[in-house]
Amino acid sequence: MSINASGWKPTAPVKGEGAAPTFTGNKALMLEEPLIFEIGSTETTGVDFADGDVAGSRLGDLTRKSAIGLPGLSEQETVRHYTRLSRQNYAIDLGLFPLGSCTMKHNPRLNEKVARMPGFADIHPLQPVDTVQGALGVINELAVWLIKLTGMHGVAMSPKAGAHGELCGILCIKAALEKRGQGHRKVVLVPESAHGTNPATAAFAGFTVEDIPATADGRVDTAALKARLGPDVAAVMITNPNTCGLFERDLKEISDAVHAAGGYVYCDGANFNAIVGRVRPGDLGVDAMHINLHKTFSTPHGGGGPGSGPVVLSEALAPFGPLPFTARMADGHIQLIEEETAGDDHPDTFGRMVAFHGQMGMFTRALAYILSHGADGLKQVAEDAVLNANYVLRSLEDVFDAPFAGAGPCMHEAIFSDKGFAAGFSTIDAAKALIDEGFHPMTMYFPLVVHGAMLIEPTETESRAALDQFIGALRSVAERAKAGDPSLKTAPHFAPRARLDETLAARKPVLTWKPLVVQAEAAE
Amino acid sequence: MRYLPLTPTDRQDMLAVIGASSIDTLFADVPEAARLDGPIHDLPMHASELAVERHMAALARKNTVAGDVPFFLGAGAYRHHVPASVDHLIQRGEFLTAYTPYQPEIAQGTLQMLFEFQTQVAALLGTDVANASMYDGSTACWEAIGMARRITRRGKAILSGGLHPHYVSVAKTMAKYTGDVLDTALPTLSADADLDALIAKLDDDTSCVVVQYPDILGRIADLTPLADACHAKKALLIAVVTEPVALGALRAPGEMDADIVVGEGQSLGVGLQFGGPYVGLFGCKEKYVRQMPGRLCGQTVDAEGRRGFVLTLSTREQHIRREKATSNICTNSGLCALAFSIHMTLLGEAGLRRLAALNHAGACRAADRLAKVPGVRVVNDTFFNEFTLDIGKEARPVVRDLADKGVLAGVSLGRLYPGEDALANGLIVAVTETATDEDIEALATALEEALA
Repeated sequence: MSINASGWKPTAPVKGEGAAPTFTGNKALMLEEPLIFEIGSTETTGVDFADGDVAGSRLGDLTRKSAIGLPGLSEQETVRHYTRLSRQNYAIDLGLFPLGSCTMKHNPRLNEKVARMPGFADIHPLQPVDTVQGALGVINELAVWLIKLTGMHGVAMSPKAGAHGELCGILCIKAALEKRGQGHRKVVLVPESAHGTNPATAAFAGFTVEDIPATADGRVDTAALKARLGPDVAAVMITNPNTCGLFERDLKEISDAVHAAGGYVYCDGANFNAIVGRVRPGDLGVDAMHINLHKTFSTPHGGGGPGSGPVVLSEALAPFGPLPFTARMADGHIQLIEEETAGDDHPDTFGRMVAFHGQMGMFTRALAYILSHGADGLKQVAEDAVLNANYVLRSLEDVFDAPFAGAGPCMHEAIFSDKGFAAGFSTIDAAKALIDEGFHPMTMYFPLVVHGAMLIEPTETESRAALDQFIGALRSVAERAKAGDPSLKTAPHFAPRARLDETLAARKPVLTWKPLVVQAEAAE
Repeated sequence: MRYLPLTPTDRQDMLAVIGASSIDTLFADVPEAARLDGPIHDLPMHASELAVERHMAALARKNTVAGDVPFFLGAGAYRHHVPASVDHLIQRGEFLTAYTPYQPEIAQGTLQMLFEFQTQVAALLGTDVANASMYDGSTACWEAIGMARRITRRGKAILSGGLHPHYVSVAKTMAKYTGDVLDTALPTLSADADLDALIAKLDDDTSCVVVQYPDILGRIADLTPLADACHAKKALLIAVVTEPVALGALRAPGEMDADIVVGEGQSLGVGLQFGGPYVGLFGCKEKYVRQMPGRLCGQTVDAEGRRGFVLTLSTREQHIRREKATSNICTNSGLCALAFSIHMTLLGEAGLRRLAALNHAGACRAADRLAKVPGVRVVNDTFFNEFTLDIGKEARPVVRDLADKGVLAGVSLGRLYPGEDALANGLIVAVTETATDEDIEALATALEEALA
């Protein structure tokens, strides 16, 4: 039986320019697509199973009796549904995706192929370690690369994403402080330009967060930071290069001061792409730094995860890292250190963060990416990323306000403000106009230290031709924003949807589909 | 380098536009002592696609592939057949290479998929609502404990001995830093789950009871009395499901009045992948939605009145709330959620029920056969597709021996609970639709030899 027997119709036929509205709401290749609940039925299935006896029950008296309410589709309907949905998405595969701080670079398809090799994709996390030496070998080989690229002492591979990596680093710091009898240090200093995850992470671990101001040139106020150091400060969390796209020149000096005052330095490595192969954070006195494999090392973002956030650790923090981890023995055998074996060799571990070994599927992809580039190619990655960002900065600074451009080059991302736009026009209008030009918008209103911030990260995988087209589009948008072109306020005009009512979504949350009768009752 | 499009000429021309004499001047802010003058030594240089593929394939060949041998591992990760169209669809670039849908006008594909996913998950778990996914089951479980603390303003969580020990470990790690008190227990090799013991522990400080369904040993218990007891003490019941296929055959925890139901969604669409990435499922009663962690997708309309979807209730999240957020989580497991949702759409209700029935029937056949192996006792009275054997001697070396003989027999309790002698003889055996009768016979025969 169809769950929605009445079928689905678009709520309002779309007007075409000089054309009659279509019956379906479709516009040629731009296809409207119902929800699976509106087209599927609970009797349809796209999977055939072997015939066979399913007698016998050891379910106790807990057999499910009521309907679940899950529609099925045949294989072709399924393929069509998701193919149609996919076409309503922007993606790196379609064009430049200049989201600052997110590093939307090309995702090589070799990585996908490698991750799907049965020897990696079809092995269980609890198989005897002798049967998974190759998988442990991948983890170990990637770990060695990450340690050498960052100049650090150890690495925790299991964190599932960047923010999870931050948590790992902060827990290492907390464990180290407690071991030193310094558990009373409760303050973590976070620059105001930091990602929101930094203060959220520190607060989760029981620390009090204090903001450190930025200087007029977009960097951490070193003097203010040093003045705040003291016996209550546990750590400083610094993003380098920072979220304004600038290298924190004083990081080594800051690290030395923090260490002298008895604290630790956490570096948010979200922007490691700008310096990989050229600068090692370990040389700047960093104690812990997460690496977003989905940024610097090209594992796909997948529409919002899965990420992967290994954390490199200094000699001071490495003993406190989480379980499990790998160790290569003299005979080449790779050992898996878990709760059982940790007791002797790794007594100070703060424990386990995830059920198994971390994001293996991301490790294989990242290792394939790293091996493809090698030490020389990774250095080139950083250089081209920085070159592309500076090219964008210098090509746009005459039409957009660029608050830090006068102070020198940027790193991997260029930042602009909405200063100079006509009254009533802001960053969001420029961003939505960029959608009509066929680009994904830049990061908007972040970092908070720049008014109406537009943070543009082209990445190293964009060609000069792609950059020139993007620059041309942005110059046009800038002129329209400064002239107060009213059509910007209603952009995008050519996307699958116009601007969406986010206030309505939050005020009256509709988080699951309900049959039409239930929807009607709810509306009354 | 095949992924880098700039030519040497491009680089020179672009430096001229920038007004920089060399690339090094763009790195002038790096302190001199930290500047590297060449590629980091002691690391290999770039390699061709063919060379990298060879290297990775050589590593892959060192692993014993689950599909190549009789295979019976479960304990939180299950091997199911994933239809070919699932992997094809998640590799469409518009899904694979999209970002978090922060610009909803050009991300309706991901957003509608998440809305469908949330609806499927809520239906399966029997909850009013579900979020757009978490990292995995273990982190979802911990986040549920934190959520119960926020709702009840109490700090003591009672964890069932049947909860996956890695989930317990994750919760213990986190609780050290949040101040939550965890009351934990070990399972015993008996047919009875510990629900009565959990009820006896309930007090006025209890924020929640966390119980796995089916539990780590595969046992299934009616959660209704436990839910009633929790609610009488104004505590919440959190149910954890590590095998979502079970809910095609079993009553949903939400139906039994669990307040929060979390799970590991790996079984559908995702594959084993040596433990990750997986996809955490998170559902709860509607009244608690504003205390939920993680991303949520909601329905709305666009400026022209058309239905559309956006990420919503983000005032709970870190990028708005910073240190006051419900969680520091900044991502979900989008592509794995997509795989889960596609697989579920292919199955539909009829397919899921058939899949569940086949799993259960296979497990019943395996349990009957293995019970005939001298020295083996089936611990469970109840199970879905996974049960525990007491093999009368330490199981861990037996598992290793059987692996050497080409049978991946299951997960020994010694691996999960090292040092716990009372559990050392336990072996968890999972039987999904991928195990044939020949596989079951191979396991039984190998066990007979090992125990002879």
